Formats: sequence, structure tokens, C-alpha cells
Amino acid sequence: MSMFNIFNVAGSAASAQSQRLNVVASNLANADTVAGPDGQAYKARQVVFQTELMGQVGAAGVRVSTIQEDQTAGRRVHDPKHPAADAEGYVTYSNVNPVEEMVNMISASRSYQNNVEVMNTAKTLLLKTLQMGQ
Amino acid sequence: MLNRLTATLDFHGQALTLRSERQRLLASNIANADTPGYVARDMDFATALRQATGQGGAAATLSTSTAGHIAAATGARAEPNLLYANPSQTNLDRNSVDMDRERAAFADNSVKYEATLRFINGNVRTMLDAIKGQ
Repeated sequence: MSMFNIFNVAGSAASAQSQRLNVVASNLANADTVAGPDGQAYKARQVVFQTELMGQVGAAGVRVSTIQEDQTAGRRVHDPKHPAADAEGYVTYSNVNPVEEMVNMISASRSYQNNVEVMNTAKTLLLKTLQMGQ
Repeated sequence: MLNRLTATLDFHGQALTLRSERQRLLASNIANADTPGYVARDMDFATALRQATGQGGAAATLSTSTAGHIAAATGARAEPNLLYANPSQTNLDRNSVDMDRERAAFADNSVKYEATLRFINGNVRTMLDAIKGQ
């Protein structure tokens, strides 16, 4: 029954999107951090999606293949009184762009909603199929 | 006599299998809306149904010449000819999923799935009435 596979497909996509949402939350939370656990400024993270075949032809789910760190230089602010200031008096903040992250968040939540809608429709259709011939 | 009664039921059965197949395809497209490089797929439903029910333009079948050969699946169970969607707008990550089109096709397909279900239910009810003779 190919309809049951829809739950696997849409479920994998919903899980991948929620992971993306998780990464966005962590980026936004660290938008103003000066140093991460390794002493360096926090680097923004991005998930990379990849298609994952689910056994049958035409059943393509999604999985997160890697989580990449943005390697661009962090925001530098001149603040000699700050405890994390370097020899020239500059403080390096994280390289998170809050605008980009907000857009990413909206996109992830829309995609999540789409997949939930797909699962709901598939569930309704399967329930009606179960009542076939009655 | 009895096989004439079930002939229409068989046709709708094939149609229902194909509809669920297409539903899964569209769910895969929606799931992969954010996957870089994913190409949306769809099927030509009319042609697929014609091939599945063996009406006009029979599908090319593999001949089995030795005992070890496995016969190709027939009917709606056979692998349908999947087509690639034409991207309506170019995308930087080479993803060709058009969410509006996919959502519309998904809604359309679920309504038609339900219609096929109702045809089957109506057929079954007619047959039961004929058997009961009331």
C-alpha cells in the first residue's frame, strides 16, 4: 500500500524541518554572544538537506546530511572596556545575521505546516479507504 | 456474468492504486521543497491508467526468454512512466518544486481519489442489491 509511505516521506521532511528550526533557534539565541565554548566567537550554523529514497520509486524523503558552520568573520565592535576585547580594543561577536535567520525560520515553519497538511490529507483518505464497501 | 459485474470494479481498483501512487509522488515533492538539486516528478495519469487497464497503446513489456527471467509487473503495480516537472521559476539551488502547483495537484488528486472510492462503494452497493434481489 503506497499511501502508508506518505507518512514516512512527510514525517522525515517534518523532522528535517524541525531540525532546521532548532538550528535557527540556536543561531538567534547566540546572535549576541562574544565567545562560544571553545573560546572563539559563535559561528552561525546551517542545515543541509538531502533527498533520501524510501524503498519505492517516487517515494523521496528528506534527511539532514550535514550541519555547516558559516566561516565568515564575525562582527567586530570597538569596545576597549569589554573583558573580551583584544589588544586593539575590538570585541568579536558571532557572525549570525538575525534577518536571515528570521526568514529561515518563517520558511521552515511554512514547510513544516505543508507536511503536516499532507499527512492529515493522507490520513483522511486512508480512513475513508478502510470503510470501502460498507 | 459475474466477471462482467466485477469488471468495472477492477477498473476503479486500478485507478485507485494509481491515484495513491500519484499522491505519494506529490507528497515526496512537497517534502523535498527545500532540498537543493531536487527535481519534482509527476505522472501522466491518463496514459498511466490506459496502460494499467490495457486499453489502447499497450505498454512495452519485457519478454521472458529463459526460465530465470522475472516477468515484469503488470497493471497499476507496474512502474509508471514518471515525468520531470518543468520549473516555472528558476531557483538558485536547482530545486524545481513549485509549491503552489504541488499543493493544487495534491488537493486535486485527493478529491479524485475520494471520487474513485465513492464509485467503488456505489458499485459494491449495486452488486449487493442485485444479490439480495430487493
